[in-house]
Amino acid sequence: MFAVTAAALLVAMCLAMCRALLGPTAYDRVLALNNIGTKTVVLLAVLGFLNGRPHFLDLAIAYALINFIGTIAVLKYIEYGDLGAGSRPGRETN
Amino acid sequence: MVAEVVAWALLMAGAFFLVTGALGMVRLPDVFTRMHAAGMTDTMGAGLILAGMCVYSGANFETVRLLLILGFLWFTSPIATHATAKAALSGGVRPFTLAGDGSGDGRTAEREGGAPS
Amino acid sequence: MTSNRAVWLWAILVAIWLLLSEQTQHLELLFILFGLTTCTVAVRVCVRMGVVDRESVPVHLAGRAVLYTPWLIWEVFKSNLRVARIILAPRIRVDPSIVHFRASQRTDLGRFIYANSITLTPGTVTTGIVADDLEVHAIVQTEIDGSEENDMNRRVTALEGEREG
Repeated sequence: MFAVTAAALLVAMCLAMCRALLGPTAYDRVLALNNIGTKTVVLLAVLGFLNGRPHFLDLAIAYALINFIGTIAVLKYIEYGDLGAGSRPGRETN
Repeated sequence: MVAEVVAWALLMAGAFFLVTGALGMVRLPDVFTRMHAAGMTDTMGAGLILAGMCVYSGANFETVRLLLILGFLWFTSPIATHATAKAALSGGVRPFTLAGDGSGDGRTAEREGGAPS
Repeated sequence: MTSNRAVWLWAILVAIWLLLSEQTQHLELLFILFGLTTCTVAVRVCVRMGVVDRESVPVHLAGRAVLYTPWLIWEVFKSNLRVARIILAPRIRVDPSIVHFRASQRTDLGRFIYANSITLTPGTVTTGIVADDLEVHAIVQTEIDGSEENDMNRRVTALEGEREG
């Protein structure tokens, strides 16, 4: 059953990849990439169960953290053109 | 045995929501509506699949890890979505509307939006 | 109050350490010591940075969150089915629009929970908050009559509790 789930995940990732390639705006691509990252987390967990190696779950936890930080960093870069924006006084970040 | 059947059902339901969400990513007209589809994948797709694996593995340390992943996804997904929406709005993307009543005229406005793509 | 929260944070970190290191059969003293030291240092740094407060360690919500979470999951499930129906229809029929909701929570943490709950349910995405005014993008305007959001608003306010923040 995990093989079926992994196949569904791969299909969904392909569809999201289509969106990332089609665009049209940068935000569509970021959204698609974030989505692919979420699916990667689940895929890592499913693969761990599929191969009987539950230690893949640790990788999934780490990837979930990295994925979130990465998305926020890319969005911040697109919005401000500067990853350090807001950490300096006198600049509004909200 | 019962646990396996329940796990099967949860995994398949999760896979259904995942593929549906991904399909929505392709079919829906603009970035804001696509966010709803992406949120679907993050919440129900991932949630049901991880819940199915929890049921399959029973009560052990794998379940703790799965619940940690699940909790983390459910906490971060809305924040990432919100950040995307806010960046898109301030980047000049106007939401697609049916009427095109000044609040944006759909795809053309979205293509001409100030975002680098 | 801060010290109390610091103790809670430390306890949570130690619990996560113990659960993730799978050390139940034979508790290795060295591993436990590593964990305790790391957690203590981390909590000490957090306290010195001044980030241990009501918002970062909201343990006062834990009891009521147990009641709120199942309701939220049920709401998420219902709205997922709704959005799935829209996506799987032969012709995409969306009527997106921006609507505004008023949040009745007193604290920023309460508004944060409300906005995140709205975003977590597919079909509605919070795009901005100014004071207590939430700007929400809805995928189908006609289905948003405000009753569900009012219900959620009421529940989040109840989750926030009576004590003054």
